[in-house]
Amino acid sequence: MKSKQNSRVLLYIIGVLTSILFISPFYILIVNAFKTKRELFGSTLTLPKEWMLDNFKVALNKLSFLWIGKNFSMEGFFGSALFNSMFITITSTILIIIFSSMAAWILVRTKSKMSNIIFYMFIAAMLVPFQAVMLPLVAFMGRLGLQNRMGIIFMYLGFGSSFSIFLYHGFIKSIPVSLEEAARIDGCGPWKVFWKIIFPTLKPIHVTVSILNIIWIWNDFLLPQLMINKKGTQTIPLKMYLFFGGYSKQWHLAMAGLLIAVIPIIIFYFFAQKHIIEGVTAGSEK
Amino acid sequence: MNYNKKTFCLFAGPIIIAFLMVLVIPLLIGVYYSFTEWNGRMDQVPDFIGLSNYIAIIKDEGFRNAFIFTAKFTVVSVVVINAIGFSLALLVTKKLKISNFMRTIFFMPNLIGGLILGFIWQFIFMGVFQTIGEITGLEFFQGWLADANTGFWGLVIIMVWQMSGYLMIIYIAALQNIPKSLLEAADIDGANGWTKTRHIIFPMVAPAFTISMFLTLANSFKLFDQNLSLTNGGPGGSTEMLALNIYKTAYTFTNYGAAQAKAVVFFLLVASITMVQVYINKKKEVEM
Repeated sequence: MKSKQNSRVLLYIIGVLTSILFISPFYILIVNAFKTKRELFGSTLTLPKEWMLDNFKVALNKLSFLWIGKNFSMEGFFGSALFNSMFITITSTILIIIFSSMAAWILVRTKSKMSNIIFYMFIAAMLVPFQAVMLPLVAFMGRLGLQNRMGIIFMYLGFGSSFSIFLYHGFIKSIPVSLEEAARIDGCGPWKVFWKIIFPTLKPIHVTVSILNIIWIWNDFLLPQLMINKKGTQTIPLKMYLFFGGYSKQWHLAMAGLLIAVIPIIIFYFFAQKHIIEGVTAGSEK
Repeated sequence: MNYNKKTFCLFAGPIIIAFLMVLVIPLLIGVYYSFTEWNGRMDQVPDFIGLSNYIAIIKDEGFRNAFIFTAKFTVVSVVVINAIGFSLALLVTKKLKISNFMRTIFFMPNLIGGLILGFIWQFIFMGVFQTIGEITGLEFFQGWLADANTGFWGLVIIMVWQMSGYLMIIYIAALQNIPKSLLEAADIDGANGWTKTRHIIFPMVAPAFTISMFLTLANSFKLFDQNLSLTNGGPGGSTEMLALNIYKTAYTFTNYGAAQAKAVVFFLLVASITMVQVYINKKKEVEM
């Protein structure tokens, strides 16, 4: 019995030490974001003597985080990095949910060679790395005049389609057809059958699909870098890249900027934690 | 139950259009571009030059080094991330009072984008490590990211920090799916910890292992953001990975045709390596 207790103590020690190791980058990020330039170089590990807020003022401004231009205005907010990131992420995710679930349903319910080929094409596309299509995509989208926020949302719909359809497809297969047949006998067309019966029953997969897409799109850097590099349309990672390039020697400002950039997704995590973990689990089991 | 063509197009049409436009068409155009010389300018018609770009790849030292670096990095990070991810899963399923807290902490780095992650760690390696080195006088902590070796381990460390929590979640799900009765039966039969792990736990988590390995393999091989923000390939291109090498060939050296040929080779590498991995893992699953 004694040895069992000892091993539990050991597990606690390992647990605490590992947690400290994992959390320490966040600690370093936070404490250094509040230091003056001089203090930061003297001691990177200690708490700041005085919690400086000026770094954040500069960083918020330079990142155009909450507004673009000199002072806050609603118009300025619509050009801010936070707004752009949120607008692009949320709109893309909603469109992915709507169109992937629609497509996955009809692909499951249509038993034909064509529908099989289309489904496997979507699956196979998961093996295509972004770099393989990057250059022609920029040229092609540029020619179509889609190098803007609406264009990038359309591109996320295309890139998000494979994995999302895959997840929906797996789930829809387990929904009994009898459910739909009853509705069809009552005179419902396919449009009504889908929206009234199927779409609501897909709720758990909607959660999984949105979480996986939100995390990916929110953090994506390269596609925005290539597509929406114009002032007033840039997302947080893009702004961070430019900001960091300009302030790489001024670590106190860089740290404040990085902390600001990290905050929204951490807030999202604490509100949706349960769903995030479940979503990741479901997404990986398929 | 079958629906007519019109209904099929209504439901599947929109996303098929998006899919064709961002993936299929660019992929096909891309294959064509790889046989051309092109500076990326819209008004410039790409010159068809046949296989020259592909022949140049073989002689391209930068690309070869990037391939070797990427391959080494992938092998090391796949092993380390899976080992740590699995250990974390074992740790948090031991029902300690701090288990839920640990899950939250271990998963958190996953939410932060690779680019931002690289910047944060750049400070840790250069600033914090330097400080620790000065305090302790240990040479180990000094000059991180200043050469290929520390750059390599720097990239491994940030990948481990980012991804092991994700794999932990996958492994937790697999561990929880092991029927309790199976472990109890083994206890009654007098099996020790190692026997149980070897004959029950490992076979039962084999499917999770397939997925985890696929994810780590694909992500490591395709790594771009972290590479760009942590070392930017430096010093002197010694930590440049394949994705970054392609990016720089196009945007720094404006050699689009050559970059696209590299991208096609990259695609074939990623696709074949991951397919072989999944095939081998699946076969092992069945044997167990």
